[in-house]
Amino acid sequence: MSRNRTSLASVAAAACAGLLTLSACGGGSGFDDGGSSGEGGGDGKITVLIGSSGDAETEAVEKAVADWSQESGTDAEVTVASDLNQQLSQGFASSNPPDVFYMSTDQLGGYVENGSLLAYGDQLSNADDFYPNLRQAFTVDDEFYCAPKDFSTLALWINTEKWEAAGLTDADVPTTWEELADVAATLKQGKQPGLAFSPEYQRVGAFFPQAGGAMTNEQQTEATVDTPENEEALDYVQRLLEDGSAQYSSTLGAGWGGEAFGKELAPMTIEGNWLVGAMQNDFPDVDYTVAELPAGPQGKGTLAFTNCWGIAESSPEQEQAVDLVEKLTSAEDQAAFAQAFGVIPSVESAAAA
Amino acid sequence: MARPRSRRGGQTRDGWVLMLPVVVLLGLFLVAPVLMALWVSVSDWRGNGSPFGGDVGFVGLENYRQILAGGGLAERDFGTSLRNNLFYVVLVVPLQTVLALLLAVLVTRRSLRGRGFFRTAFYFPSVTSSVAITVLWLFLFSTSGVVNKILGWVGLNGPAWFQDPRGVLHLLLGAVGVDRAPAALGEHGFLGITWWDWVAGPSVAMSAFVLMAVFTTSGTFMLLFIAALNNIGDEIEEAGLIDGANAWQRFRHVTLPMLRPTLFTVLTLGLIGTWQVFDQIYTGTQGGPAKTTLTPAYLSFQSAFVNQRWGQGAAIAFVLFAIIVVLTLVQRWALSEDRGSRGERARAAAVRAGATARRQGGGVTGGAA
Repeated sequence: MSRNRTSLASVAAAACAGLLTLSACGGGSGFDDGGSSGEGGGDGKITVLIGSSGDAETEAVEKAVADWSQESGTDAEVTVASDLNQQLSQGFASSNPPDVFYMSTDQLGGYVENGSLLAYGDQLSNADDFYPNLRQAFTVDDEFYCAPKDFSTLALWINTEKWEAAGLTDADVPTTWEELADVAATLKQGKQPGLAFSPEYQRVGAFFPQAGGAMTNEQQTEATVDTPENEEALDYVQRLLEDGSAQYSSTLGAGWGGEAFGKELAPMTIEGNWLVGAMQNDFPDVDYTVAELPAGPQGKGTLAFTNCWGIAESSPEQEQAVDLVEKLTSAEDQAAFAQAFGVIPSVESAAAA
Repeated sequence: MARPRSRRGGQTRDGWVLMLPVVVLLGLFLVAPVLMALWVSVSDWRGNGSPFGGDVGFVGLENYRQILAGGGLAERDFGTSLRNNLFYVVLVVPLQTVLALLLAVLVTRRSLRGRGFFRTAFYFPSVTSSVAITVLWLFLFSTSGVVNKILGWVGLNGPAWFQDPRGVLHLLLGAVGVDRAPAALGEHGFLGITWWDWVAGPSVAMSAFVLMAVFTTSGTFMLLFIAALNNIGDEIEEAGLIDGANAWQRFRHVTLPMLRPTLFTVLTLGLIGTWQVFDQIYTGTQGGPAKTTLTPAYLSFQSAFVNQRWGQGAAIAFVLFAIIVVLTLVQRWALSEDRGSRGERARAAAVRAGATARRQGGGVTGGAA
């Protein structure tokens, strides 16, 4: 790492000088004068823009960034966005983007195309420590753009009380599609379904890999939505919905699966790690257990959700920003994040620790 | 009449000096941004750095082509958003105008007790933030919400309003056995969606937004109508009374023609407001379910801020602008004095003449036929 740093520093300094000249030129048009004097503009301060799931996440990120600030002697400020997409694109459009920010996989394409993102992934000393599929999610045209900050996967959440009330035991936790259909039917009571989840691809799609399907081929170059495997998965979900053992959370009057689960409108749901925080805050009295999603005809499968730490290509503090991200993705920091708001670390070494 | 030239020149100069602040403000905050947006709509700017930077190129009408004839997702989305908004406009504008007029007539009646209270009550939704009302609406129209509870009392099973993407017209057609597209409608289309989809009608979710718009804006337009009604003198109403016109005739042939300018204002404001619907969509559904509440204004925002297609976003905004201007001109033409039915105008004129005559102390000579 230290050997890397010197060459990197000179490159960054050159880029920085180049950028300052550019922004000074751009200022002449009269519309983006704020660019060179704003928060992100070369005053040595790092701005971090995050979209937070709640106080726990905000505090954890603020603490980690403050620690780094103290160690490195560089000022850094964390801002919580109320609308991350909008604030981020406004920042870029006005030549005054935050230095470091959350970037989602579905936004990545647009920002890569318009040249906003610094492809710094391979500069990280822990670049090879990330899980390969997470790394893949933020790699465009063989360039590893940004470091996955953590990830979350879907699981089956079970309301303990209702589970026991229906005469089910730990041995009944479903491990196959058939078993899931059986327990859902058992747990169904009148209009109340056994299982509820949000009406969106991000939940229903979890059944695709279990049936051996996917939305794209492995190289992510071709859409493979209309395969027999996906059809099988959708048929299965449709069957559950038709006989009433499963229902969409919206039908139950809940905004998402977690709400339906917390309000005890359904004894089972398919949700991600983030539900831990929601249950703690909003529904502390509901006891639950979490199980792996049951396996389909082609084995186990789930969906993973991830964000990365984006760094602005035009950031004048790129070197510092990369340094900050390296700390934020270290096994130690990620373990703290996992503790604070229930995400799964994106580096393999954190799992070993 | 001619004044000395120099003095007039001085006046002109003073005039400009006095107007300068407004001219500068408008130029800075209106004309310049509009011109910038116009440039963005014909450029390949992708939202990174200044749109006037050296690496931003001119692409002509490419962005417009993408949304109007691109054959891809951009065109289909734009077509869908136009379809959604068209039904919204077609439903909201007449409903809110009629309701506003009705409320205005009701609260200007002398015989109504507590008129002030009703005026305030009807106007209240208009001064409440649209975000707050949207949130309220989401609660009212949730699957287990108040609206469905009430529907339940009369034995109806309410839909999952804001989650239901089914088109209302499709539902009606389905009820009479037409549940798939006739070949003529299913195979051809416009702007990337088939004619069958064009006639889907507003989705159930969009219908909830229609009700909300009628609820919130009627109060504002009620105020305009109240002002106009107060300007119509009592003697005109009296004249109609003496001429033997009943309440409906007086309203239809005397009051309504005299409200024409206000009616034009209300319809125009309604038209512009409904074509630009954004806040409710942003707070409520973000275009879902199944894109049935996507509107051009929201799509423009989404294209630019979420998908980084700033050129397309700006192009959508300009097409929307063109639609609004054209429709306003059409409406102005349709409502213009010359096109009113002649008999109706003659009658109104006669009533007015009679009223004038009486006011001037003449005998009861004039009268409506």
